[in-house]
Amino acid sequence: MAKSGAVKAGAKENAGHRKTGITKNKQVVTGKSVKENADRDITTKCGDRKITCKSLVIDGTKYRTRHNKKFENRKKWYNPDPNKIISVIPGTVLKLSAAEGKKVSAGDDMLVLEAMKMKNRILFPRDGVVKSVMVREGEKIPKGFLMIEMEN
Amino acid sequence: MALKRKIQELKKKRELVLQGGGEAAIEKQVAMGKMTARDRIVALLDKDSFHEYDLFVEHEAKDFDMDKKILYGDGVIVGTGTIYGAPICIFAQDFTVAGGSLGLMHSRKITKIMDHALKMKMPLIGINDSGGARIQEGVNSLAGYGEIFFRNTLNSGVIPQLSVILGPCAGGAVYSPALTDFVFVVDMISKMFITGPEVIKTVLGEEISMEDLGGAKVHSEISGNAHFYAESEPECFEQIKKLITFIPWNNMQKAKKFPPREPKTSYQIEDIVPEDPKQPYDVRDVVRAIVDDSDFFEVQSRWAENIVVGFGRLNGETVGFVCNQPLVLAGVLDVDSSDKASRFIRFCNAFNIPIITFVDIPGYLPGVDQEHAGVIRHGAKVLYAYSEATVPKMTVILRKAYGGGYIAMSSRHLRADFVFAWPGAEIAVMGPEGAANIIFRKEIAAAEDPEKMRKQKVKEYKEKFANPYVAAARGYIDAVIEPEETRKLLLHAIEVAGNKAVYLPKKKHGIPPF
Repeated sequence: MAKSGAVKAGAKENAGHRKTGITKNKQVVTGKSVKENADRDITTKCGDRKITCKSLVIDGTKYRTRHNKKFENRKKWYNPDPNKIISVIPGTVLKLSAAEGKKVSAGDDMLVLEAMKMKNRILFPRDGVVKSVMVREGEKIPKGFLMIEMEN
Repeated sequence: MALKRKIQELKKKRELVLQGGGEAAIEKQVAMGKMTARDRIVALLDKDSFHEYDLFVEHEAKDFDMDKKILYGDGVIVGTGTIYGAPICIFAQDFTVAGGSLGLMHSRKITKIMDHALKMKMPLIGINDSGGARIQEGVNSLAGYGEIFFRNTLNSGVIPQLSVILGPCAGGAVYSPALTDFVFVVDMISKMFITGPEVIKTVLGEEISMEDLGGAKVHSEISGNAHFYAESEPECFEQIKKLITFIPWNNMQKAKKFPPREPKTSYQIEDIVPEDPKQPYDVRDVVRAIVDDSDFFEVQSRWAENIVVGFGRLNGETVGFVCNQPLVLAGVLDVDSSDKASRFIRFCNAFNIPIITFVDIPGYLPGVDQEHAGVIRHGAKVLYAYSEATVPKMTVILRKAYGGGYIAMSSRHLRADFVFAWPGAEIAVMGPEGAANIIFRKEIAAAEDPEKMRKQKVKEYKEKFANPYVAAARGYIDAVIEPEETRKLLLHAIEVAGNKAVYLPKKKHGIPPF
């Protein structure tokens, strides 16, 4: 039963890989070559595409994992830095009220960002001192742009 | 006299069960800054109104020495009571008993009270504080969750369902609150996630605290799972009580009527909206100038703030408000705000609450990230929800109503019953700048001073189209009104729309874009 299962897995490699994430490879590695093969990537064909995956060797058996390029290049989560103020909408800086070294409190005007037929008032989210200003009046900025950096 | 002895016996039994997980466990619960399950119910319901059932339910698990363990009430308290006189079915998981873990009998107690709520047509409140499935009971606890989810779905749209997260709510357990109408969270107490920080660390190698992953702030500001955020448990209970006064007990009734009251704002309604269409303002000030007692109860106030939804009263009758918020992101419709608005509209429609829409929208938000996040699919939800809603629908266009946003925000074309516009309204297919650039492209390019020509053409377009009278001439809006008249007209609209009856084509159910 186990044997036929292994053959099946070998025959339908790609399907098995997609379903479970880890597939037993046909090739059984001997104890000697374990280290050599441990971190080598395996390239397989999936339809027309080539997928490169990380492999793992456990007890002499080589396994393919789901650690492919897409996984490696994914956007990682990071803890947002409260000192960095990022733009949430693309637009034009109309008026800049913030200046370097200025002491501000939450709710103070930072700048006016014209976007979507509106002069959006962007306010300081918290108390602090402005460390640096990265934007100029009249400048067009995209979404996710670092506008102001503050210090505690 | 024999009965007297048996009464004593009952009292003793009761006392034993009422202590829940025992003093040590209760102390631990209090040390975590949490109230006990029974205290929570007492704090939430009207005084002395709570009656508990299934006190003596016992689990039947045998494996892993479970047969030697006594879990009083099997970790959950169920019963009925009232909130300001409204009948309520309630269950509260008791973290002091086996961590509030969900076993078979635990889930049966919950499903029993859920069935009761559906049968008796009264609101259901669930207080979640549980470590998750009772692993010793294996697939039985999974079955329990499944039975709860099924009933959540069955009850949906028949009775209001409220979930209160007052502790951990992890793994599959999160889906019961997700299926209910309103979710309440409390800072530093509520924790919701499918997989915890440990699993994320093992699988992805990313380190994150429980609070950053699924705390109250995350769900009320980032994920949008929660509707109400409170700093403390008593504040949370006040929010629940207030919500109960605004909503009906079931889908066959209307919300309870209150004595009518005048709004008590100190400002003039026409002073709120600036003349310059590019100046932002807080649309909630407009709502407060309209509703009884200026009492506006906002839902999901911390998430997708570019749309404002919530309840208020007009002449004592509950109405739902959906308003673009020019203060945030220029009041655009995007992925999150579409989702927020459409869900609220569907709640109002299911529970016979008239919908009032205040429009000041520049359009749907352009951008690669929005397109790729599915703004088409999410934006369609708003169209669907408004079109499908058969409750009285009143629309007031305060200022901008451009493009797809104009259609989506409860326009005449989606069968709004009354559409009013303030004199400053700008109803057009797109903003003057964009439109002039396209229509007069040749003229502008050929002109000696293109910039001057462009400005002139923008002005021309603005004068011709950026007003409410073009739409009024086609009958797309019913009246151009003075801001001052808004409340009076809305009161009248609610009154005359009281017997509204619309018959949709017969179908099993529609297929909304979700």
